[in-house]
Formats: sequence, C-alpha cells, structure tokens
Amino acid sequence: MSEQLTTVDGRPLKQALASAERTKRIRAVLLVMPLFIFIFVSFLYPIALMLYRSVENPLIAQHMPKTLATLEDWDGESIPDEETFAALAQDLVKARESREIGKVATRLNFETPGLRSVITGSARSAGRWEPPYKEKFLDRRKEWGELETWATIKRLGPTITTVNYLAAVDRQYNVDGEVVMVGEDYRIYVDLFMRTLWMSVVVTVSCLILGFPIAYMLASLPLRHSNLLMILVLLPFWTSLLVRTTSWIVLLQTQGVLNDLMVWSGIIDDAQRIQLIFNAQGTVIAMTQILLPFMVLPLYSVMKTIPPSYLRAAESLGAHRFLAFWRIYVPNTLPGVGAGCLLVFILAIGYYITPALVGGQDGQMISNMIAFHMQKSLNWGLAAALGGILLVGVIILYWLYNKLVGIDRLKLG
Amino acid sequence: MSQISLPDHAGPVETIWHYLYIFICCLVFLFLIAPILVIIPLSFNAEPYFTFTKQMLSLDPDAFSMRWYEDFMNKDIWRASIGNSFFIAFCSTILATTLGTIAALGLSRSEMPMKGLFMGLLISPMIVPLVITAAGIFFFYATVNDYIPLTGTYLGVILAHTVLGTPFVVITVTATLSGFDHSLTRAGAMLGADPTTVFFKIIMPLILPGVISGALFAFVTSFDEVVVVLFIASVEQQTIPRQMWAGIRESISPTILAVATILICISIVLLATVELLRRRSERLRGMSAG
Repeated sequence: MSEQLTTVDGRPLKQALASAERTKRIRAVLLVMPLFIFIFVSFLYPIALMLYRSVENPLIAQHMPKTLATLEDWDGESIPDEETFAALAQDLVKARESREIGKVATRLNFETPGLRSVITGSARSAGRWEPPYKEKFLDRRKEWGELETWATIKRLGPTITTVNYLAAVDRQYNVDGEVVMVGEDYRIYVDLFMRTLWMSVVVTVSCLILGFPIAYMLASLPLRHSNLLMILVLLPFWTSLLVRTTSWIVLLQTQGVLNDLMVWSGIIDDAQRIQLIFNAQGTVIAMTQILLPFMVLPLYSVMKTIPPSYLRAAESLGAHRFLAFWRIYVPNTLPGVGAGCLLVFILAIGYYITPALVGGQDGQMISNMIAFHMQKSLNWGLAAALGGILLVGVIILYWLYNKLVGIDRLKLG
Repeated sequence: MSQISLPDHAGPVETIWHYLYIFICCLVFLFLIAPILVIIPLSFNAEPYFTFTKQMLSLDPDAFSMRWYEDFMNKDIWRASIGNSFFIAFCSTILATTLGTIAALGLSRSEMPMKGLFMGLLISPMIVPLVITAAGIFFFYATVNDYIPLTGTYLGVILAHTVLGTPFVVITVTATLSGFDHSLTRAGAMLGADPTTVFFKIIMPLILPGVISGALFAFVTSFDEVVVVLFIASVEQQTIPRQMWAGIRESISPTILAVATILICISIVLLATVELLRRRSERLRGMSAG
C-alpha cells in the first residue's frame, strides 16, 4: 500500500513541492543578487585588492632582475663580487631610463631609511661608468660596502612579501634574515595600536557609564515624556559628525567657551587656561559624545522589555531597592550592555575624522596613520598592512556581535 | 508604573540618591545636546571669535550679525559645494534605496538560503572603518580608471557613497518587513493582480515608511561623508563636509559655524520626518497584524 500522493496533473506531490520551493528560493536569491553583485564589485573586491596590496611587491623584482639573479647565491656574509655590481649598474641605468628609479629608491628607502639618495645618486653616475664597477660604486657611496644594503635588496626581491606586516608591528628582518624589532626611534605602530585599543576602551566605558542612567530613565518614564527626551539622544545622532567635532573645538579650546566660563566664574586664572583639546583627552571627550547614542539606543530597547514587576517582586520579597536593582534589573540589561559596548567599540576603533581634527599629537589613532601613509608618505603597502590588521580586529568583533546580538537586531533610531 | 518617581516610604538616603540620579541624567543630556546648541548663537557673532563676547552676553543687538551667513552665501566655493553635496547625496540615495529595498525584499523571505551570511556581507560597509573602505575603493578605482574614469569623477563618488548608504536601507526595510503579513500578497495574487501590481499596490504602501527612513539615512550618510571624498574626489567634487574639513584644519573662520547651524537645522527636519514615519509605520503594522 505505497500509493504515492500526486497533484492534479499526476506529478508526485513531493516532487512538485520541491520544485515550487526551489522556484521560491531562486526568486529570493534573484532579489538579493543586484545589491550583492554591487557590494561585491565595489566593496568586497576593493577590500580584497587592498589586502593584496599589503603583500604584493612587484617593484624590485621588475626593475632589478639582473641584480636579484646574481644575489641568489649570495651568502650574506661578504660584499658581493664584480658580477653583481655590473648587474646592478645595468639595472639602475635601465630603471633610470624608464623613469622608474624614483619608485625603486622610495621602496628601498621605506625598508632601510637613507637608501633613497644612494640609489638615485648611483643611478645617475652609473650611466657614465665603464667596468669594473665595484670600486666606483664603493667610492660613490659607502652604503654599497654595507651588508644591510644588499640584504634589503635581496629581501625585497620576492613578489609576495611579509615586510609590510612586519613593519606594521615594528619588526623587520636583519642581515641574517631573522625577525627583529626595528630601532628604538622607529617603533611607533605597536604603541599606536595599543593607544587605539586603549582609547576605544575608555570611550566605550565612558559611553556605558553615561548611557546607562539615561537609558534607564528613558525606559521607565511614560512614553509621552520619554519620546521628548529621546529627541535629545536622536538629534546628535542625526547631526553631522563635522558639526559636532567643530562644536567641541569651539567649546574646549583654550580661548573657547568652557575656559571662558571657568575664568569668568573664577575657578581658574586667566593665565592658566586648560588645554582641553588637541590631545588624547579632547579626542576621548568628543568621541564619547558622538558615539553615546549608539550605546543608549540598544540599552533602551532592552530595558523597555524588562517588566517593572520584576523589581517590585524583588522588593516585596524583602530586597532593598538598590539590591533589587543590582541583582535583578542589571543582569537583565546585559544583552543591551553587550550590544551597545560592542557597537561603540567597533565604531571607535576605526575612527578617523575626530582624532584627525581634535587629536593633536597624542590623540591620533591607527586610522590616521593609515590615511597618512595613503596620502602623504605614499607607502601604500604599509597602509594596506595596517588596514589589514585593523580589519581583522573589526571582523572578529563584528562576528562576535553577530553571534551575541544578531546583525538583524541592529536598530537605527 | 513610573519607576522614576519616589515611593512614599523612601528614606533620606533614597531621597538624596533619587535627586542625585535626576541631576546626573540632566548632566548627561546636557553633555549630549549642549555642544550642538552652543554653535547656533555663536554663528551670529559679529566678531571673528569662537566664543561669546561681553556684548553678546549683555544682548547688545550690535554684537549680533548675519555676516558669516552672507560670507557663506557669497563665496563661490561654498555655493559650489552645496550643489555638489546635494547632487551626490541625491543620486547615491536613489541608487542605494532601489538596490537596498529590492535586496531587503529577498532577505526577508523565509525561503532565502544563507540569510545570515548575505545579511552580514551586505551590512558590512557600515562596520568596516571608513579609512579601510576608502583605501580599498581608491586602489580599485586606480585599476579600472583606464576603462571607466572613476577617480576624481562624480560617478566615482556617487558609487562609493551608494556602497556606504545601502546597509541603512537594508536594515530599515527588513525591519519594516519583519512585521509584514505575507498573506496580503497572496490575497492580492489570488484576486488576480500580477506581481508588479502586488508590489506597487500592496507591499510598497506598507513598507514605504521604512523605505523613506532608509533613504533619509542613506542621504545623511552621503551628505556627511568626508573620508571617501578626501581619498577619491578631485577639487571639482568639493562637498560641504570636505570644505568644512579644510576650513577646520587650515583657516578656521566663523563661516563654519554658520554652515554648521544650517546643517543642524537640516538634521532637525530630517529627524522630525523619520520620527513621524516611524510612528506611522508602527500604526500601520499594528493595523495589518490586527
């Protein structure tokens, strides 16, 4: 008795159902596809391209092929012989003719500061020289007699390299190919990452401390009143970031409103105006205000769902008001606390505009360094490597957020 | 039900704590809103200072003037940047809203496979630090410039801003659709409407509040964006935020305060619109569910 269920036109029901479901599935996917393709082409692929930038290194392989070939068997313990110098002369002259010598020199200079003028200077002279070359190179610049110069060239030979990532964590290869710390004066990136993390933590904690009481107030007031107060949270959220940053400059600078107020009220003397901005503390203050709505909104939406009867129950069972709040209410708000903290931290860690405008010297964050290498020093490989490290951090936090909160629970306004 | 009000049996400690709590909340609200409000009177300063002059505090009419607003309106560079900002924000909003709404329709269907993954990827432009996005787009545009010129063109800026705006549309529209009663579309189809008619006559009116607030978010995102513009735009695409950025960094003049005041007024209008839409949407959803 295994009579199959069929549709009116005789197809097995199971099959008909499966095909109907497949059609529905395809329809849903087709709706998502236009945006997905767009995001893929103009966002995901560009990011992949940036990550590739952080490891690719075509310049030296392209413009110094002969030198690299002769350096293949180099032991790294003595200055290379005439054959290598002859190859170097040919490569430099050719690179100079194709006007790429500047790029080669810059690339080598990023790795070993000081090499730029060695390369460009030698390339200029090498065109006039006759063999043997070794003496002439050594006469021209003493750096050609140093093992480090040759080690740098050889190290940058491969087209895929890890030097950018090493540089991004203040490491480099030494002459023997071991990973070592860079010189004291060049160690900046690890400190900068640490400072970025620290400032983001401070901003997140400040947002939580300031956001919790007002979220609680908003959640417990009757809707009529809380809607009005909510505007005070939402208006900053909708106001231009640049406007809010400008306001903080106006408020906090030494000739600004807050200092004037303190001088006028006699708290401080006119001569001792406090430097509140263009430093790390100014950045933290401004970022806390700018990111506070991102803390208040998730806290509020969680607190809204906690029935007030819980607290009343605890109190009628004999708990003190404060104890009831701490033991009953606060644990119930933890999902909101987690969501708010993660969101604020994720946004804070990549902040660029505010630190750039109000950060001064010690308020700069890692994004500012990325922008500096992108626009000023043009060390794109290092910028990409710093970005790659930051990106990994953000992706881990984003994944965590998705796991704990769920990306579809993200609320706006 | 209000937990804020003090119970009658409250002791002195609780009373003090209660008023202290309200005081702290007032301070936090002040911290949130004061920086925005302080700019508005300062933008009418007759002197080129960023602080209140004695005359201003004594409400002397001569201490106030519209000179920074006039300066703003008379400078070609500011006028050009207003036009650019609106044009770029408008185009990228249209694109982001269209793409985002269609994708949200697919994402909110129960048949959608790998929903979490797609959602995560489509929202990611909102989470990835702007500097990284801008750097990636910069490298990408450099590789395709030979085929389509994108660096330093309006098209390039518009496309980049569309990327940044779509997550907001996807989020708001899927949120609206989460309360959507799918039997309505079936009812429409059963009564003989084709899918397009169903979309425009049934789905669209119901999700419209979500679509509009998503569009407003996308608009503000583009209108306020400066990092991508700094990386890929040329002087020709000067926008208001970029002009402000330059103004703050180089020659800070109170004209910026006038611009800021105008921007604050725009954000008040936008906020009011979104709030009205949200309430309307809640009402509509309440109706469709009941």
